[in-house]
Amino acid sequence: MSYEIVGISVLWIFLYGYLIVASIDFGAGFFAFYARLTGKDHLINRLISRYLSPVWEITNVFFVFFFVGLVGFFPDAAHYYGSSLLVPGSIAIILLAIRGSFYAFENYGSKKNIVFLFLYGATGLLIPASLSVALVLSEGGFITETNGVVTLDYLELFTSPLAWSIVALALTAVLFISSSFLAFYASRADDQPALELMRGYALFWSTPTIIAAFTAFLYLSQHNVRHFQNMMNLWWLLGLSVIFFLIVLWLLYKGRRYGWMFIAVMLQFLCAFFAYGIGHYPYILDPYITVQGGATQEAMGIALVVVFIAGLLLLIPSLALVFRLFLFDADYVKGKK
Amino acid sequence: MVVDTVLWSRLVTALTLSFHVIFATIGVAIPLMISIAEFVGIRKKDAHYTLMARRWTRGFVISVAVGVVTGTAIALQLSLVWPNFMQLAGNVVALPLFMEVFAFFFEAIFLGIYLYTWERFRNPYLHWLLTIPVVLGASMSAFFITTVNGFMNQPDGFVMEAGHFSAVHPLQAMFNDATPSKVFHVLTSAYMTGAALLAAVAAFSMLRKGITEYKKKALKLTMAILLLFSFLTAIAGDTSAKFLAEHQPEKLAAAEWHFETEKGADLIFLGWLNAERDIIGAIHIPKALSFLAFSDFNAEVTGLNEFPADEQPPLIVHYMFDFMVGIGFALLAVSAFYFLLLFWKKRNELNKWMLRVIALGAPLAFLGVEMGWFYAEMGRQPWMIRGYLRVEDAATTSPSIFILFFVFLLLYILLGTMCVLVLRRLFRDNPAEVELEKAAKTKQEALAAQSAEHAGEKEGEPSV
Repeated sequence: MSYEIVGISVLWIFLYGYLIVASIDFGAGFFAFYARLTGKDHLINRLISRYLSPVWEITNVFFVFFFVGLVGFFPDAAHYYGSSLLVPGSIAIILLAIRGSFYAFENYGSKKNIVFLFLYGATGLLIPASLSVALVLSEGGFITETNGVVTLDYLELFTSPLAWSIVALALTAVLFISSSFLAFYASRADDQPALELMRGYALFWSTPTIIAAFTAFLYLSQHNVRHFQNMMNLWWLLGLSVIFFLIVLWLLYKGRRYGWMFIAVMLQFLCAFFAYGIGHYPYILDPYITVQGGATQEAMGIALVVVFIAGLLLLIPSLALVFRLFLFDADYVKGKK
Repeated sequence: MVVDTVLWSRLVTALTLSFHVIFATIGVAIPLMISIAEFVGIRKKDAHYTLMARRWTRGFVISVAVGVVTGTAIALQLSLVWPNFMQLAGNVVALPLFMEVFAFFFEAIFLGIYLYTWERFRNPYLHWLLTIPVVLGASMSAFFITTVNGFMNQPDGFVMEAGHFSAVHPLQAMFNDATPSKVFHVLTSAYMTGAALLAAVAAFSMLRKGITEYKKKALKLTMAILLLFSFLTAIAGDTSAKFLAEHQPEKLAAAEWHFETEKGADLIFLGWLNAERDIIGAIHIPKALSFLAFSDFNAEVTGLNEFPADEQPPLIVHYMFDFMVGIGFALLAVSAFYFLLLFWKKRNELNKWMLRVIALGAPLAFLGVEMGWFYAEMGRQPWMIRGYLRVEDAATTSPSIFILFFVFLLLYILLGTMCVLVLRRLFRDNPAEVELEKAAKTKQEALAAQSAEHAGEKEGEPSV
């Protein structure tokens, strides 16, 4: 396998990792705020901060990782996306900054401050919405290059049904993934009231998620036929995704085996995300950057892959330690440590 | 309106970096201090040092949160504000940038574990061991990023062909000629600044709320670290000057207002220039520049006039250079003087003036770091990658950059204010002494519950 294929596969796996861990984090922000509004915060906020406090920096690094890796493997991405995304990218930086400072504050119990909690909840929705726009742009038609100057057509973007349907999918998916994870975490903590609440949220957000997914798929067929056809050829992956979704629904409805339920959620998104990604191949930005044409020099590509493998050998045991200490240590989860 | 996009791009980056470097420096240095304090605490079985490690960590976490935010900002801004730089240089320097993220990832994971596991290990050394990956991760981050800066000064490991870099050797680019002296200088000065910060906190608290055993120990420990690293920083600065004299003479010449190539060149301190570029009112140290550059009072030092006018760095870097060097030596002198007073039994090393000077050391040290970086970056002008890419060819062409400057300025003001407020709230009503008492009380109660005969036992206070 050539290094650029390894590179894009690695990046896509990382983006998938970010999708899961960041969705949990972003959604938790929204639920913390919503629970406060409806007077249910005593049920879940302790649970949320217990999980999120140790891991939020790790979540953020996933994003930087993907971004730096993308520019590293495909330097042309810096030229096209960098030039055209100066304003939206800067807005995303500011949103991430607001969220990061919430965590700094949160250490001292100032989350009683409703304004901060509101910002925390709002950025939890606005960040995924703004980041998902990058996926929309990659479909082509929004970024154009004339005489070496790269521009983004804002009118086209804001009036595109594809853009809005992908944003809707991002938001519903965030809430669905987050609530199903928190339901699992509550069940590990033997926290019945929190479990019931989160299970309800997860069931509530499951249907909008699948509707948004189908809508986005439909609009994709109008916007980028090649991508749509490629995905149709991967019908079995999409089918698997739907099957996993049905398993999730069934387990949630029956209210048992929450561990398996969350694994099924992850598999559901894994299948869909890879069907989308493989269908996107060979373009990174349609039609300007392809995986082959935009790749970095071979020596650099190989060096990056080697470092990546070495890095994983270092990180996987460390992450396993984190999970053992904070996620799978029953006493910690229950708040006894 | 016509916006000078290059100027505003530079201003946005200067803004982000000068704000980020405060937190980056803290991020590199404080883990080492925490590690040392916890280790000393375990070795001496002295609860004071353990509490020091705990309190420093608590403050450190806040600055890490801000550092993560500004670090993410600069990582994105490299591509957003300098798209052509990343497109060109990305082929050569992507490796260290990628590894930096790994190093930070590693650090973040273990910092998370360290924070939440104070009570979870029976053997205290196990908890201390967690500081090692944090210290390593932090210092490796600094190393990787500094190699990229080294590359911008001394590009290496590629061949330029038709406007593109080819025949790339990533490791050769990383270990360019500038890397060793730069890394040495960045690390030692960061540790020095971290020690100066913590020493200043102890001194400031002594001035405001009186001297206690805990503060005395904290001051002594941090001043010892400050002495060591300000000494090493002086050596690193010397190494860097010698490196510049050989490999990047225009940068040293601009810092020294050394226009004509000559043997036995003078070192020039402060002063100003008139319209004819004559130096007025400066302190001249005969032949010292030759000695600084080549360890030989009669060596020949290349002057700035050897370089074409449009490739000369701005002359204002002279002041930045002088401030950086002056502050470095001042910190070395202060820490040496403190130990002189300490060992000279009749003198009181904790007199008001000494404490005031130490307290002033923290802002000075950070000013020194800022001046050093301004010198490093402006001294490379007009180049982004020396000899290959000029700054004006690398910047974004979007006029929005002008508005973004003010947006980011507002963001950093907010972040900075919030950081200070949170830190104040964290420590103001919670002095170390109260915490010590509380900790001793809970420990006593636990012991009392365990067995009655241990109830009256108190932890021995080791003498200072």
